[in-house]
Parts: sequence; structure tokens; C-alpha cells
Amino acid sequence: MTNTYRDSGRAGLVDERQFVDILEERRHSSDLGHALRTFNPHPYQGAAPCSAAELNKAVLEAQYLRYVTKEIAMETGSSVEEVRKEACGILEEMSQNLQLGFIRLMGYTLTKVFKRLFTSIFVNMEGLNMLQQAIQETPVILMPNHRSYVDFLIISYILFTYDIPVPVIAAGIPLAGMKMVGEILRRSGAFFIRRAIGSDKLYWAVLSEYVKAIVRKGYAPMEFYVEGLRSRTLKSLTPKLGMMHMVLEPYFKGEVFDITLVPISISYDRVLEESLLAHELLGVPKPKESTMGLLKASKVLQEDYGTMHVNFGRPLSVRQLCHGKINRCQYNLIPRDLPQKPTAEAQACVSWLAHLMVRIQEEGSLISPWSLMACLLLQAPITVLTEEGLLWQQLTEKTLWLRKLALDYGARLNWSGQAPDSDVMSSAVALHCSIVHRKAGRVYLVQEEELARKRPISLEEGVTRTAAAVLMLASYRNQLLHVFVRPALLATAIHITKSTQRNELFTFFCFLQDLFSYEFIFIPDKLSQDFEEACLLLKKCGAVHISQQEVTLSDMGLEALSFLQALLQPFIDSYQVMFRYLSEEGVNVFTEKQFLPAVRNLATKLILSGELHTYEALSSDTQKNVLSALRRLEAVTKLRASEQNEYKVNKAAVRRTGDILSGKIPPQMLQTTPDARL
Amino acid sequence: MASNSSGGSSDRQRIAQQRLRIIAGHLQRPVDGDSAILAAECKAQGSKPDTSREEKTVPRRRQEIMKWNGWGYSDSRFLFNKKGQAEFTGKRYRLSGMIIPGLKDWFECTFGASLQHKTPATPLLNSSAVQPPTLNEAFVEELKSTGIPFSQDAEDRVFRAHGHCLHEIFALREGKFGRVPDMVVWPNCHNDVVKIVELASKHNVCLIPYGGGTSVSSALECPPEETRSIVSLDTSQMNRILWVDEKNLTAHVEAGIVGQDLERLLNESGYCTGHEPDSMEFSSLGGWVATRASGMKKNIYGNIEDLVVHIKMVTPQGVIEKSCQGPRMSTGPDIHHFIMGSEGTLGVVTEVTMKIRPMPEYQKYGSVVFPNFEQGVACLREVARQRCAPASIRLMDNEQFKFGHALKPQVSSIFTSFLDGLKKFYITKFKGFDPNRLCVATLLFEGDREKVLQHEKQVYDIAAKFGGLAAGEDNGQRGYMLTFVIAYLRDLGMDYYVIGESFETSVPWDRVLDICRNVKARIVRECKERGVQFPPLSTCRVTQTYDAGACVYFYFAFNYRGLSDPVHVYEQVEHAAREEILANGGSLSHHHGVGKLRKEWMRETVSNVGMGMLKSVKDYVDPNNIFGNRNLL
Ligand SMILES: Cc1cc2nc3c(=O)[nH]c(=O)nc-3n(C[C@H](O)[C@H](O)[C@H](O)COP(=O)(O)OP(=O)(O)OC[C@H]3O[C@@H](n4cnc5c(N)ncnc54)[C@H](O)[C@@H]3O)c2cc1C
Repeated sequence: MTNTYRDSGRAGLVDERQFVDILEERRHSSDLGHALRTFNPHPYQGAAPCSAAELNKAVLEAQYLRYVTKEIAMETGSSVEEVRKEACGILEEMSQNLQLGFIRLMGYTLTKVFKRLFTSIFVNMEGLNMLQQAIQETPVILMPNHRSYVDFLIISYILFTYDIPVPVIAAGIPLAGMKMVGEILRRSGAFFIRRAIGSDKLYWAVLSEYVKAIVRKGYAPMEFYVEGLRSRTLKSLTPKLGMMHMVLEPYFKGEVFDITLVPISISYDRVLEESLLAHELLGVPKPKESTMGLLKASKVLQEDYGTMHVNFGRPLSVRQLCHGKINRCQYNLIPRDLPQKPTAEAQACVSWLAHLMVRIQEEGSLISPWSLMACLLLQAPITVLTEEGLLWQQLTEKTLWLRKLALDYGARLNWSGQAPDSDVMSSAVALHCSIVHRKAGRVYLVQEEELARKRPISLEEGVTRTAAAVLMLASYRNQLLHVFVRPALLATAIHITKSTQRNELFTFFCFLQDLFSYEFIFIPDKLSQDFEEACLLLKKCGAVHISQQEVTLSDMGLEALSFLQALLQPFIDSYQVMFRYLSEEGVNVFTEKQFLPAVRNLATKLILSGELHTYEALSSDTQKNVLSALRRLEAVTKLRASEQNEYKVNKAAVRRTGDILSGKIPPQMLQTTPDARL
Repeated sequence: MASNSSGGSSDRQRIAQQRLRIIAGHLQRPVDGDSAILAAECKAQGSKPDTSREEKTVPRRRQEIMKWNGWGYSDSRFLFNKKGQAEFTGKRYRLSGMIIPGLKDWFECTFGASLQHKTPATPLLNSSAVQPPTLNEAFVEELKSTGIPFSQDAEDRVFRAHGHCLHEIFALREGKFGRVPDMVVWPNCHNDVVKIVELASKHNVCLIPYGGGTSVSSALECPPEETRSIVSLDTSQMNRILWVDEKNLTAHVEAGIVGQDLERLLNESGYCTGHEPDSMEFSSLGGWVATRASGMKKNIYGNIEDLVVHIKMVTPQGVIEKSCQGPRMSTGPDIHHFIMGSEGTLGVVTEVTMKIRPMPEYQKYGSVVFPNFEQGVACLREVARQRCAPASIRLMDNEQFKFGHALKPQVSSIFTSFLDGLKKFYITKFKGFDPNRLCVATLLFEGDREKVLQHEKQVYDIAAKFGGLAAGEDNGQRGYMLTFVIAYLRDLGMDYYVIGESFETSVPWDRVLDICRNVKARIVRECKERGVQFPPLSTCRVTQTYDAGACVYFYFAFNYRGLSDPVHVYEQVEHAAREEILANGGSLSHHHGVGKLRKEWMRETVSNVGMGMLKSVKDYVDPNNIFGNRNLL
């Protein structure tokens, strides 16, 4: 089924002809000319144009908001007028004020910045053409992934360049707080959403009415990050459902005939924030998003970031996607404006669709040679990377092997066939001189030198130092995890259970998916399909034989099998460390604030003692994912009464999870509830 | 509606008079005033021609005046003449004998059709292609002894085997006949019906009541799986007004009377029922009751359920009726509501007491042009909110507005003035209106003159608030007159590869715009996906307003060249459109009924318990399924 949503026949080495370098023209013609180009797009035909002020007026007058306002007035004892004023204030803080003049200004500035940062920005024209068509027919939602602040306005920039209506963009409120920049972004179409809305009913109401009004009116294409935020690990994030639901509701309720979703995959050779992100993950606090911060960051503007690919996916019809998944009649008996909890069916549909979009983003992203190399570097023992150095020869041979495996698995590789392979790999390493350097036929991990020179560093500091480099590497590996994760889960299941029984492996596969559901993106409801896919891919590389009942190993595929299993090993090891921490005496009730440093200490200790081989256990992202997974497995519960988000551990359950993961509890003992997640 | 008089007077004060004449319709001969209203005894002597019946529209042999494979009178049809101009034949209608110059272009442009590509219908009904009747000899024998006329003639049977769904007419045009009734009986009165039903029950014969044959829900189709002998019970000869009660303003009428006769006869004594469904030329009182019909002027007179005071129905269990004619009762669930909408599944409605009203002193048409459909709907909603809807108010979307344009005939007082008027409108008033977005509402006011004028002002004032501009009386009148000829147009389309149909729903006010947009878009998308080569005509109008919602009609037609099974495609698209309607909070039907066409959705429409209730009524009233047309359930 999924195939119908995805671009088939596009896997493999990416045909550069599909992509056009939009910087090429900018380098040859006037930037000002570009900024002042005639802009005459074909907008959505289904509705009359409307100004930002009209949009806001419609939002404030909406019946839905009136209901909520009244409700809140009743609950809080304030007057309806007061609540209304508050709503006005929220809307004012939130709303965009898209103006062509500012798009031009933005265009001018971005041209300058982009030209400095990137060698090229590739955009697939076919996708743009389809988008242009779609925009005239239905309201369109642009759904890019978000890996760098640089891409915040890239879509607007491209659409402006190609005469397509520019979007309004959902942005985090911190951006609004930046002097000047906030206002410029607002006028470039950004609208601002607070980070932690929590249970602020009025805020939710204003936001959702605002979003729905934009969709209903086809005011402009709307852009938002279904992942919610910028991924600090370059790995896809579990999608957030709130915004997705707001966007889809006008279709569910029949207020529009259809909505078009356009997944967009933005891939970078090198991400501007790579080092910053690694430090954040290690607990070095992130600088506030301020104008000064940006300016300071201008040092990073001196470096080379290779190319950026913006791949516009095939426009998808919500109507078609939701066929059979949502019964629109459920809205027939209650006024559609009445505030209501979404039904379980609607929630499931939204969640499914959100996950699907992230998967399509993943599949649309381009994998760089460097990602392949990062994968392999991470599988080398750490001392090899820090001390002996990895043989260049070995790395390149292995990379070519992995390239073939990735292609077999349908990855889109950005590996042009024109340049000699060795050049491609050399320049990948050269581009990432912040992480590795090559000397005398060997490759070494780069560690922050300045820090080291000031004073002798402690052992713990040494760990953090290495960890920063490792996490940077890991983030590039993360860009391609989605290609391998399903067969890797199966390889891991085979490795841990030593079973050949299909049903047992399936059980364990499900367990792993469940455990890693915050780590990797799986579409709900598709366990058996994922398992089938995993079997097929392992078979494809000759690793296994598959029969009705059995999955048996074949000698030919040992290399692939051990690669795949090693790919997940850092995750498994990290999870075990945290299970171990939680099983310790004395840990019963804790807050997240206590959990993170405590786990970090334990992991550091274990690394130093040589018991733990992965530095990824130090990443706060992994740590948080473990907490979420355990909560989901009900091995950890949030204390309801607690104000500081305290958690309580069920040690037996945590231990059991750890024992399953280590293979101490055989898969026969697991209860199979294949679709228990749903 | 057909009219004897062809000269149209533009004298406004004579409009009421004129309207009377329009309604006075199809009389072949002048009526003998007194014979119209009589307290007649039932004479069950079918063999002897009954003179008092000759002025009635519908003869036993419908083929004498009506088409066997298309809509309406045999003498009236659209065609493209040798010059390629559209013309409407016959003498019955205002449009009869006129040339319609714009139709060809509209037709060719809208559908991508061409006059070169014809799909003519089978000219003659080939009786030998009709299955020989399955007769229940014992039943036939006993029926003979009652003297009630009947027939086993193939033509008679084919005429009663269908309504006017697209697939039914399409099959006829191709000369294809499915299961048809095995015989036709013509009861003359209530007692005849009692006898027929008794005999049918006794001999286990399947009865299908037949009124005017205008059903658009496959209600008249014979279930192909029915193995018993099927007898079509044609009520057309039960067509008398039995009495008129001037004190209570009611009339007691036999159920087979068709709308135009009922109105004409009542008009002659200064009354009317005001019930005017678009099919009123041919549809019958019994049919209205059986389908819960709705008339154009329901805002003043009410729908059929508001109009009936008393109903008599013959069922296999006996006769059901109330004991008095009280205007309202609290006596448990209203048994009339088991009868209304029963679609011939429970018994035969034989006599109905209906409310009547003195004829309106004054009628006035009107029209309003809105800049777009949204504004038009907003205006109708406001009119409904203020409860000041005229007798009729209909809002056409832009495509229908253009279609109406294309139907302008060449010469006619009414029409020319409109033509000029419209030109002027475009240049002056409608500046700023986008001709591809504007839409028009037609209005009909009725009552005493003073009040009509007052009412008119109120409505136009509201319209103005929504950007509506008055666009003249003639425009409105023309719209209503076209009502009766539009049904003929489908046959013309079918001569040139174009098939189509209309279907309706009712929907809450807040959903009107959404449902119109979504259903129209769904039709377009479905056609595209099913290989229809040219974009279809997909249009709608709001035809009735209520306090809590509106009735919406969709019109859908397409050029089927290149499709191997166009009717199937058509049906799939209509099916999808209905799903869309339901998903958008629309009802399964506002007035066409369920029949067999829409019965798959009945359960979700009325709930399991609701189905059970209806079924248990059926099981009690008709345990042997004598009324076996299998509608509804
Ligand atoms: C061009 C056109 C315009 C139309 N416009 C309207 C409109 O404006 N409003 C509207 O409501 N409908 C309209 N209809 C639909 C149709 O006219 C109505 O459903 C009408 O009520 C059917 O009446 P009929 O006498 O033709 O019944 P038929 O078509 O003969 O029968 C319809 C159903 O009623 C049953 N039935 C008929 N008579 C009796 C009886 N005496 N006792 C028991 N059951 C009986 C039949 O068995 C059948 O199931 C239109 C149809 C067409 C083709």
C-alpha cells in the first residue's frame, strides 16, 4: 500500500538532471534583480483572496472561538469581553503579516547568505511543477523536515523564485522574540507558536482556529514541521500530532473538499549547527535564540557546507489517504464549531498520517557518501579512531560495499557517478574536517584542541570531548538509519534470540519496535508489513533463507548481518545502561532533571572502566527516549500529583525489559500482541 | 408546464390570470365545469368507456399520448433541426415551436459533444423482446369475474416497469427490457382496490402500485428475483375529486389523480392545493403520499405531510384510516407517517383528504443576481431566519445561470425583454460582478396584492444586504417555466452521447456551502478517475429553505463517448456523490425517496432499531410480501 504514496523507481543514485542548482543562476545574475523579479503566482482558485487583517477578523469572529470564550469565561469567572481581549492578544502575538516587499528583502538577504554557505542548492523541478499545479486546486500544506535553522525560509525562497505563492509558516515563539528578525519573519509569513502550550485552553483555541482558517480559506500554502522542532540528532523525530490535527480537521469536517500534503525532504552535506547540537546533547546549554546569537554564529558563515538538496515530494491528497480511515459522518450530529475532543478514530488517522509523512520525508532525503562513512567509522573501536587511526584503504573499501547495500535497500544516494569514487570519499572527508582528519593513509577523529591545550583535562572531560566528536559522527549516521532500521531490527532479533522460528522472531521484532518507537519512525499499524520488509531485505542481500516457518542464516550474508546488528548496538547498549541505572537501589522516584546527569555519570564511569563501548549513552536525546519508551511500556509512571514531573520506577518491569533485550528471557515467554500499540 | 395559450401578455395585473391558464395546462378539450367536482359512486365497469373521464390527462393506454422511452408527451421534444438549431416541438408549452439559438453552442462547449455524433434511440417498442408474462391463472380468473379492467399487453407492461432514472430510460432507448410486470390492472375506485388486494393475497400474487410513473429511485422496477406473478396496480383511473368541503377547506380525492388535473379542477371552483412538484404534470396524489413528495410552493402550502388530513390505504391486513378529520391528534405515533413514504411496500393509498386554499389573488415573479454563490446562500439563510421566504425561492449556481441563458428562445415577449434587460444589466448594474461567479435566485410571491408587494420589498431588502441586485420579473418567470421543459432536455442529450440526472438532499444551513462545493468537486474528480473524457457538468441549486436547513439539488451530466459502459460509470459517480452527501451531513433524500436505488444506506440513515421498527410494521401489515416491490428495506 505504501508504495502508492511514494515515488517509486527513484531510488538509487540520484539523477542530477532532475535537480537544478538554484544558486547557479544567482551566481551569474544580479541578486537585486532576483529580489525585484515580477512575482505573479497562480493562487488557489477555490476561494477569494483575503488580507491578513481579514483573516484575523474571521478568526476572532469564528463561532468556535465564541464557544470557547464563553466556556472559559464561565470557568474562570471573568467576563466574556475580558477573555475575548485575551484572545485578541494571543492572536496578535501569533499572527503573520505576509508582505511581498519583505519576501523580496528576505530573498535578497538569503541569496547572499546561501551563496556564501553552500556550493549549490539543488531543487527537484518535477516536484516544484507538481506543487505549482496542486496549489491552484486545493489548500496545500508544505511539510519539510527541519535539520537546520538555515532552512527556515528556504521553501519561501524557492517558491518566490519559481513564481509559486509563498507560504505562511508555523514557527516557534523564540524566533519572534529576536529583535527585528522577529518582525521581518512575521512579514515574510511566519506565525508564532509558543513552545509549551500545555493546558492553556484559550491559546489552543486561538491557534487551532487560526490554522484552520488559513486552511479553509486557502489563504496561502501553509508550512509546518510535523516533527515539531529541529532535530538535534538529524534523526527523524516522532511527529507531533496537535498541529497535524488542526490542519486536517477542515477536511474531516467537510469544510474543504481536499487538502494536499507535500512532504519535503531537505538534506545537507554538512549541517551548520553540527558542533552546537552535539554539545547541547551532552548537556552544554544552548544559547538563547537572540539576534546576537545569530551574529556570533556568523563565524560559522565562513565555512563550506557543501550542497543542500530540497526534494519536493509528490503532492498527496488527504482525501485519498484518509479513504476508509475516517468516517466523516461522525461530525454530523454535533455542530462542527463546538469544541470537542477528537475521536479515537480521528486521532488514529492523524497519527498514522503524521508518521507516514515523516517516513516519506525520510525516503525523499538524499544520503551523502559521508553518511555511509560515518556509519562505518562509528563501528570501529574508539581507540582506533582516537589513537591508531583507521586505515583509509579499509574505510573506502567498506564504504563502497555499504554503498551497494544501501542501493540494494532502495536508498537515494547522492553519489554522482561522474567523479571517481576515491575523489568522492576524499572530498567528503575534507568537507568534514571538523570531525575527522586524514593523515598518512589513516583517518582520525578530531578532538577539540583548544580546550585540551589550556590545561590538562580530567578523564571525565576527556570522555565528553570524545563524545562530542562521536555524537557529530552519529548525527550523520542518523541520516541514513531509516534505510537500514527494519532489517537491522531483524538482524538484532536473530542475533539476540538465536531463534530461527519466524513467529518468535516476529515477536521479538515487535518488542524492539515498541522499545525503540521513539528512536526510529515506524508507521502505526504496520508491524507485520515492516517485518515482511525486513525479511525481504535480509534475503535480498543473501543473509537469510526464508520459508513459511523459518528464517535461517546463510553464510553469504554474514557481513551484512553483522553490519546491521552493529548499527543498532549503540542503542541497545545505551538502553541497557539506563535500565541498569533505574534498577539500582535507591532510585525510586526521580525527576528528569535528576535522571539525565545521573545517567550521564554512570555512563561516563562505565566508559572509563571499559564496560561500555558507546558514547551515545551520553546523549540526552537517547536518555529522554528511554524514559518515553519506559513510560509507554508502563515500567515508569509519571506521578500525577507531582509538580516537578516526577517519575516512579517499577523496577521489576525495567529489569524484565532489560532481560528481554539481552536475551535472558526467550521470545517464547513474550506475550504477542502484535498490534497492541494501537 | 404546458399551456394552451401561446401569446404571453406582459400585463402584470393579468399575471394571476395567466398563471391560472398555465396551470390549466393540457386539456385536449375544454372542461365541462360541473363535471369536475362530483360525489361519484364507484362504477367498476371497465369494459364500458366512462365519459366523465375523458377530460382527464392520463388514459389507460399511456402510449396514446406519452413516450415509451423518454420523458413526457410524445408530441413534445427537443431536437436540433437541419440548421443545427435547437427547437422544442409541439404546442403544449410556452416554449413549444420555438427556436433556442444558444443551446447548440452551450451543449457543444459544455460537454464537448458534437451534432455529428448521434446516439439515436430504438424508435419502436419491440413487443417480442418483452418476456412473456408469468400468469397466476387462478388470480386472473377471479379478477375477470370482478370486471376490473386489466391487460397483459407487452406495451402496457413495459410502460409500468420503470420510472425515470437514467439507467431505466437508457435501457429502454436501447430496446432492452428487464423483468416487467406480468399484467396491469386499472381499479376504478377504493373498492376495486380492496378486491384486487384480497385476490392477490389469496393467490400470492405480487402487487406493485403505479401512480404517475415519475419515480426516480428505481421504486417501480420489478425485483428480478421475484418469481411470483407481478401485477402492476395502475391507479390512474382513480382520478376523481370526490367532494370539496368549503367550510373546512378540504377536498377528498382519489389517489390516482395527477397534479395538473387536481389543480385544474380545483382552480375551476376557485381553489388550489398549492402542491406543485416539478413532476406535477404526471405524478399522482398517491405517489406523493407514498414518497413524501415536496412541492415548489411548500413555503406557503406545506409539503405533502402538511397537506394531508386523512388517508385511506388498502393493505393485505385490511384498510387503514383514522376515524375523524381533526387537524391534529395526540394518539400515539401518527399512523399517517407509516403510510407516507411507504413507497408502495405496505398497501395502496386510495383516497386522501387534502387541505385546499382559495386561489391566490396575485402572483409575482422576481429574480435577484448575486456576485457569487456564497452571498446567495447567505441571503437565503437570512430569509429563512426571518421566516419570510416567498412561495418559492431558488438559488442557481453559476453553471445553471449560464445554462438558463443558453435556453433563451428566439422570439417571445417575455424572453426578449429579458435578453435586452440582461445586456443592459451587464453593462450597467452588474459591473464588478464576475460573469463566471455570479449566480441568480428566482422568486415567486403569492397572496393578496398589497401583501405581495410588501413581502417583495422585504425580500429584496435582505438580498441587497448580501450584494444582491433585483434582476427583473421576467427572468424569474422564465426560470419557473423552464422547470417543466427541462425534463425533456435529458432525452436530447441522450441523442448525442450525453447522459445525466439530478439528485437531491437536505442539509443544515451551516453545511450548505460545504456540501455544494464538495459534492460538485467529487463528481468532477470521480468522472476524471473513471475515464470520462470531458469535464462533466456538475452544478447545483438550493431549491427550498427551512428554518434549520435547505434542500439542495445537484445536476450532473457528461459526454460518454469512449466509455464502454456509460451507465455503469454514471451509477458509480452518482453512488460516490451520494456518499459524499452523507459524509457532509446531507440526508439520503429530501423528497425523491429511497426506492431500491438508495436502500443500501437505509440502515445507517435510520439506525438498526429504526430498521427493525420499519421491518416489524412491514411484517405485520404484509406478512406475505404481497407488496413486493422491495423498496426501502
Ligand atoms: C422531472 C421530475 C421532476 C420531479 N420533481 C419532483 C418534485 O418537485 N418533488 C417531488 O417530491 N418529487 C419530484 N419528482 C419525483 C416523483 O415525481 C415523486 O416521487 C412523485 O411523488 C412520484 O409520484 P408518482 O405518482 O409518479 O409515483 P410512481 O412513480 O408511480 O410511484 C412511486 C412510488 O410510489 C408507489 N405508489 C404510487 N402510487 C401509490 C399509491 N396510490 N399507493 C401506494 N403506493 C403508491 C409506487 O409503488 C412507487 O414505489 C420528480 C420526478 C421527475 C421525473
